[in-house]
Amino acid sequence: MSEGMIRTTIITHFEQVAAEQNHKLAALTDDRPLMESGLDSLAFAIVVARLEDSLGVDPFNASTTGDFPVTFGDFVQMYEKMQPNTAPNAAM
Amino acid sequence: MQRCSLATLSSACTGQWADGRLWAHDAAVALGDLSTGSALSVPLDELRGRTVLVRTEDQLSAALALIETDGIARRLVLCPPDLVVAHLPYVVTTAAVDIVITDRGRDDLDWLPGVRVVTCARTIHRAAVDRAPQHETEWILFTSGTTGLPKMVVHTLATLTGAIAPAGGLAGSVSWATFYDVRRYGGLQILLRAVLGGGSLVLSDPNEAAAAFLARAREHHVSHITGTPSHWRRALMSSAARAVSPAYARLSGEIADQTVLDQMRSSYPHAKVAHAFASTEAGVAFEVTDDLAGFPVGFIGPNESGVHLAVEDDTLRVRSSRTALHYLGNQGEALLDANGFVDTGDVVEQRGDRYYFVGRRGGIINVGGLKIHPEEVEAVINRHPGVRMSLVSARKNPITGSVVTAEVVLAPDSEQMTDTAVVAMTKDAILERCRATLPTHKVPASIRIVDSLPVGPSGKVARRNG
Repeated sequence: MSEGMIRTTIITHFEQVAAEQNHKLAALTDDRPLMESGLDSLAFAIVVARLEDSLGVDPFNASTTGDFPVTFGDFVQMYEKMQPNTAPNAAM
Repeated sequence: MQRCSLATLSSACTGQWADGRLWAHDAAVALGDLSTGSALSVPLDELRGRTVLVRTEDQLSAALALIETDGIARRLVLCPPDLVVAHLPYVVTTAAVDIVITDRGRDDLDWLPGVRVVTCARTIHRAAVDRAPQHETEWILFTSGTTGLPKMVVHTLATLTGAIAPAGGLAGSVSWATFYDVRRYGGLQILLRAVLGGGSLVLSDPNEAAAAFLARAREHHVSHITGTPSHWRRALMSSAARAVSPAYARLSGEIADQTVLDQMRSSYPHAKVAHAFASTEAGVAFEVTDDLAGFPVGFIGPNESGVHLAVEDDTLRVRSSRTALHYLGNQGEALLDANGFVDTGDVVEQRGDRYYFVGRRGGIINVGGLKIHPEEVEAVINRHPGVRMSLVSARKNPITGSVVTAEVVLAPDSEQMTDTAVVAMTKDAILERCRATLPTHKVPASIRIVDSLPVGPSGKVARRNG
């Protein structure tokens, strides 16, 4: 899956969960702090669960750095790094 | 055991052909033959005053061993079919077992130190027997669904059969069939009712399809059938369910939600449909026959059948002459509280003039500090007409610790499961229903449609957490 498609999938899930739970979603720019995305922690938890279903990865569980993403951009990047074809060491 | 001259026991005899197909035929034994015979390989006198562990492959031989040794042995330990072999030494030591009854061959358990192995057949051979009872035998049963070392619970024939009113008020000799295994409390109840009441009993076999079992029940003109809600949900998926027309159909062992009660009612319009509360520790407490889930608030308090129900810290407590006496081993854990009540661990909630079961105290899912009983979510999902059964569990989550997830089995007559668009629509409809009825944290984060759900050997849906 290309990086663009990962971003699209993430945005789709943000929008869907926001709609289901009647949350007003902020514009999802890379510098948008996740705390200000418009989703509460339960909605965010559901997004992560559904992303695991659609992308097949749970970067929070696999994370070795332990850094929690702060902005929406960090969040997207965390998933992009998990993809075998885009990971930095994929060519090795 | 006295007064068993009329009962007939039958079970499927199943096996596998070399090509992998399963075969089954009906095996039956007349218990009256025990007055002039025995199924055991040694004279009954050699079991007098001993502690006997009954561990059989087959329910029929276990039933014969129990009937023969009650009143003879000091203590009977009844192994459920799924007891882990590695736990046997613990069981043998804790219960001080000196004789093992098996139907697998004499060398089956002779690796256990200090025990003598005796075999029990599925048939009765002629033998001179003295059945004069000498002991009030202790019956040791295992609780179902525990992990770790098995929990052993002490009963007597009196607590197992104490003051049992004729089921559903239907007196006379009855013909029973049960989905339960007689080596656990629920099935043993039915076995003892059939034996002491002089009725007959058709046993199920784990290798047998629900349709085949119900066909045998029909051949034996069964009038009373019992099982867990999970057993019944599976049975009602089969068209064979309509082949039987019981006078009495009972559910117990799990929460009977309104959906399964309604399905029972429409499948068996002329039956008395009852859901009962019973557990290995608490014994048989009550049955509800008004076709509604939960039970009337008026059941709380002492009643004329000698059962006293109470609700404390939101869980149901039971005091009666049918509760178990104490645990065996188990680090001195008390089975009864200071007032003689068993804490069932079943959480109830009062709505209007009824109490409803909402789940197990130990089975709570914690979503960001908010508590959810999987059973309350399952009850909502099961109300969707396209759903046959569901299992709600916790899914690990980095944000809230857990989120709720559901696995759903669709009803066989609902839309084509192969059509992904239809499946997606059904999932959406189920979620829509959950959102309309439940607070947000109880709505499943994800739903997976599955062909079947794991039902454990006790007939209950196998829960992974709790």
